[in-house]
Amino acid sequence: MTVVEPFPALMARVDATLAAPVAARNALAEAEANLAEGEAVLEAWLTSRGVEPTEETVEGFRLLALHRQGARGDPSFNACRETCRELVYLRNVVALHEDDPEEAARALRLQAMVLKHLALFIGGKLQEAGLGEFCCSARPLRANETPGPARTAAGPD
Amino acid sequence: MAGDMKKVGYYPGCALEGTGHAYNRSTKEVGKALGLDLVELKNWNCCGAMEVKNIDPQVQTYLSARNLTIAKDMGFEKVMAPCNGCYHNLKKAEYDLKNNAHAVEVNERISRKAGHATYQPGQVETIHALDWIKNAIGEEELARRVKHSLKGMKVANYYGCMYTRPRHIFPEKDKGPGSESTLKPHFMDDLLGAAGAENVEFPLKTACCGGAHALSDSDTSTKLVLNILETAEACGAEVIATECPTCHTGLEMHQVRAEKVLGRKTKVKILYFTQLLGMALGLSAKKVGVNELMSDPSDLLRAKGLG
Repeated sequence: MTVVEPFPALMARVDATLAAPVAARNALAEAEANLAEGEAVLEAWLTSRGVEPTEETVEGFRLLALHRQGARGDPSFNACRETCRELVYLRNVVALHEDDPEEAARALRLQAMVLKHLALFIGGKLQEAGLGEFCCSARPLRANETPGPARTAAGPD
Repeated sequence: MAGDMKKVGYYPGCALEGTGHAYNRSTKEVGKALGLDLVELKNWNCCGAMEVKNIDPQVQTYLSARNLTIAKDMGFEKVMAPCNGCYHNLKKAEYDLKNNAHAVEVNERISRKAGHATYQPGQVETIHALDWIKNAIGEEELARRVKHSLKGMKVANYYGCMYTRPRHIFPEKDKGPGSESTLKPHFMDDLLGAAGAENVEFPLKTACCGGAHALSDSDTSTKLVLNILETAEACGAEVIATECPTCHTGLEMHQVRAEKVLGRKTKVKILYFTQLLGMALGLSAKKVGVNELMSDPSDLLRAKGLG
């Protein structure tokens, strides 16, 4: 049985970013793309729970508004608050060092790792809640790994 | 965070008697080496951890408050909890008893039934081991007492998620210069820096390690931990310093599991910050419980002239 991981395209892109040579990059464009990917991750969580993702911004960033929306009524969601803020912070570091390719590339690399963490965290939450298209393949494996009482799905499969 | 911290009540919590034994040992040894006095609370009980909190948060508030009552009865204004989970729960109890009428009512009822005084918010202040050393000794004095500098050791400081979350239960944090930051905590960086360590920039300082799911959802925890380990290595760290027994155990356990299950090996070593401080203060590796760790850092420590 093949386990389908959450956010496979994102993970592949992050791994490619990490493996790519430092030169020949448009660092700010990539940093903005990472932010957009982060937004997509949070959108996936919100839509899977039947919530319309906001288009608003907080402190100038939609990612932070989406996080605030996700945390409403779910305090445990704050476990990724600093991860989201770190994504924004590192985007700003890249913007600040546009004329310093080495520093910009370093910040970009860190941002990609933070993005990966956000995707892993939200992916784990989606799987735990029985949400997302990967659940049908992942859940039986997980059930075998940890025998215990049946879980109640928090949403449609 | 005023007041003398040279002598404080000590609440080790359950984890430090089990998987976090090396943290307990090294915390006590560092205290001794620095001339600080830790007095363990008599007949303390579990803080309510995750298990009780998930079922009945008010009972968890009572369990934590009982420990604060013990500290007060022993004459302490401050109780030090080195475990992030305990620290968080004691802080949460303090907050709940100030702001939640139902929590107050449950706490009074159970305290009466148990036959002890009811804890009143404000009677005792809960501090973390980082607050304790930072405030009782400070960086300058610590640097003065260092016998074996950690110079040349590249450290990623990992605080985990419960040290700073949720922000509203830590009113003393985010108060500007000198206070701890919830977004980018730095107390551990400050202390290890004073001991000579080279702190690397680490963007996952407070990221989730999946600790709560370590057993129920091992795959997710392994992936989260692996990303933390790989990011630390990418930042140039040789060591991840920890200050939470749950995070520490998770990092060590899933480092092994990541290699076994995912075929991804990482070399970064994981040590409690108190172990690093202890060795910098001249204590032997054995004295601070390095031999109790799962990941064997002895080669690295020898190369750095420690242990």
